[in-house]
Order: sequence, then C-alpha cells, then structure tokens
Amino acid sequence: MLHAVLTGIPLTLGVTAAALIIGTLVSLPLLACTLSGNRLLWLGARMVIDLLRGVPIVVWLFIFYYGVTLGSAKLSAFGAAVLGLGLVSGAYLAEIFRGAVSSVSAGQFEAGRALGMTSRGLWADIIAPQAWRVALPGYTTYGIGLLKDSSIASTIGVAEMVFQAGNFARTTGNGIVVFLLAAAVYILVSVPVGILSRRVDERMSAVVAR
Amino acid sequence: MTFFADAQEFLPALLGGLRVSLLLTLLSLLFGLPLATVLAFGIRSHNPVLHWLSVAFVEVGRGAPALVVLQFMYFGLPTAGLTLSAMASATLALTWTTGAYCAEYLRGGLSGVPQGEIEGAEALGMTWGDTLRYIVIPQGWRIALPSLMGFAVILFQTTSLAYTVTVPELMSQAYSIGSSTFKYLTVFVLAGILYAMISIPATWLSVLVEKRLNKHL
Repeated sequence: MLHAVLTGIPLTLGVTAAALIIGTLVSLPLLACTLSGNRLLWLGARMVIDLLRGVPIVVWLFIFYYGVTLGSAKLSAFGAAVLGLGLVSGAYLAEIFRGAVSSVSAGQFEAGRALGMTSRGLWADIIAPQAWRVALPGYTTYGIGLLKDSSIASTIGVAEMVFQAGNFARTTGNGIVVFLLAAAVYILVSVPVGILSRRVDERMSAVVAR
Repeated sequence: MTFFADAQEFLPALLGGLRVSLLLTLLSLLFGLPLATVLAFGIRSHNPVLHWLSVAFVEVGRGAPALVVLQFMYFGLPTAGLTLSAMASATLALTWTTGAYCAEYLRGGLSGVPQGEIEGAEALGMTWGDTLRYIVIPQGWRIALPSLMGFAVILFQTTSLAYTVTVPELMSQAYSIGSSTFKYLTVFVLAGILYAMISIPATWLSVLVEKRLNKHL
C-alpha cells in the first residue's frame, strides 16, 4: 500500500516542478503587459488572466488532452497536465508579482529615472530585487497549492500519487488507508516548505528594513 | 458554423449539470460556513483539546487536495462500512474543505476586531455570548467577507472535481457528451465558457466588495 503511494511521488513532484517553471515563464510577459501602460496590452493580458483563472483546472486539462489534436498527433497526458497547470499558474503568478511590484514605492522608480538609469537597469537592479522579496511568500504558498492541484492530473491518467492510490483502492477494495496515506504525504511535503519559506522571509526582513 | 449547432444541441444537458454544480457549491457553503465559524473559535480557544482538534481539522482540510478528500469519502469510507451517495459524499468532502479554509479567513477576521471594542462591551456589562453575537462575529465576518467570496469562487470551480465520484454536475455531463459524440473540444470549451461566465463576474464582485469595505475602515 505504501509502495503504491510512493511510486506516485516522482510524477507528483515532476508535474508540480514543470508546471511551476512554465507558470513562471508565462507570468513574466503577462506581468509586463499589465504594467506596460499601454491600454491595449493591459486589456489583452487582463482578459487572458481572467479567462485562465475563471475556468477550472480540470477543464483546461481535458481541453488539452482530449480536445487538442495537431494533425494526427496529440499531447501526452503528462504534457497536457503540465501545459494546463502551467498556464493557469502563469495567470495566478502574474497577479502575485503585480502585487509585489506595486508594493515598491513610486519614489524608487522616480529616483532610478532621475539617476538616468536605463529601464532595463532600473528593473533588474532596483525594482526586481525589492519586489522579489515581497513576492516570495506568495510564490511559495502558490507552489504548495500547485503541489495539491497536481493531483488533478490523475483525471487524465497521469500516474501520480492520487492515480496510484485510486488504482490501489479499486483493485484491493481497500480505500480508506491508502487515501489517508496520500493525504499525509501532501501534508508532510507542504509543511516543511511552508516553514522554510517563513524562515527565509524572516531572515530577509531582518537583513533589510522595509 | 457547426460549433453553434453543436452548442445548441449540448447546452440543455450542460445547463442541467451546471445546476448540480451550483447546488453542490451552495450546500457546501451552507454547511461549511457554520463549521468554519466553530473551528475559528476552536483555534482561538484556550482549552488545549479543543484547540488542537480544531487545528488538526483545519490543517488536514487545507493540506490534503480536495480531490483526495472527495475520493476518500466516496471510495474510502465504504471500506469502513459507510456507503454514501455520490452527492452526499461530495457535499461532505467539500464541506470539510470549506470549513478548513474559511476557518482561517474568519480567524483573521475575528482577530481584526479591535480589543478595545471587546473591553468596551465587557465594561457595558454585556455577557460573553452577547459580545460575540453583536460585536465580534458581525465585524469579524465583515472583515473576512472578501476572502470568503473569493473562496466561494474557488469552491465553485472545485465542484468540477466531483465528476470523479460520479456526481452528475457540469463536467460529468460534458465528459459523457464528449465520449458519445467525440466532439471533445466543442463540449469542453462550452463547459469552460459556462464556468467562466459565473466565476469571472463573481471574482469582480468580490474585488468590488473589498474596495467598498476598505473605504469604510
């Protein structure tokens, strides 16, 4: 029984990590558009973000897995899961990052410009390091949420933890302990990550006054 | 224009499923919010048994994915001799999730009520029960309201997972149409539009409420 749950862990972690990377990459252009000051870009990004967040993850996974065919090729279950979770993550992360950037005081932007910094230097050296610190707790919380949401990949047949637990329950007729075990693994993984992020956050705010 | 022809054909069944999704959301909130209120006070309680029981209940409800709780209730409990209908087990599972998440929001709301108001009520000779009923709970709820509304939207989206335990909600209707007509893309896009048509305005509403409430604080 423990074996069934444990064999699912690598895919659970793999889907989560891959989706988080894709999500981070997707969030940056969305963030840039919402901050650009161009109304058209802003509107476009807003619509993409609202749409991605307004549709349940399982619907995105089904669209990518059952609905999208490229000629005769179709996405693997893993590919569809990572793409769907990654895009939705991109929308949520863009919002987290936007909140963090808006917490950096306007004076920092003005001072950077007054010093004649290029916009690239301003963002890379002044804004991003400060915003990143504010965004970190939200980012880790989202990552833990994503770990749990990766369980949704089981619905399209990715053989991660919940898929394995469900299989075990069906074949042995013993479903109570195996799901408890799966739940315990999620909790065991998320608690240390939460503690770690709180500690990093404390250390960062101790070093730099906000 | 086959999309629109198909849409017209599929829509009645999908709307029937949407009604079940909304019902499941409503039932989970109906049972989950009182549970959350009790848990929020349980966490703040000085009685160690009450405190730790509430903490455990909340941490498990928040730590375990909703999908696992759902499958536990539907596939797990029968092992222990307790067989529930699909709708009942989904309601039970999502009530737990709602109770756990909302307990945290309410706890934040309750601790946002200024201590001076509680002392004031005490000075006026109000009983503890009346203080809770007229001072703490109404204000705590008000502070927590935007987060609770945000959660309700997430909960509505989470009901889509109830299809895995055979509740005939929107996703389950979409899947059965898809597997009999093979028009997966059409039917899932339609289902997505229906979900979005409810979640997106509801999210805007919660942001509006948050701005309104902040103005008065």
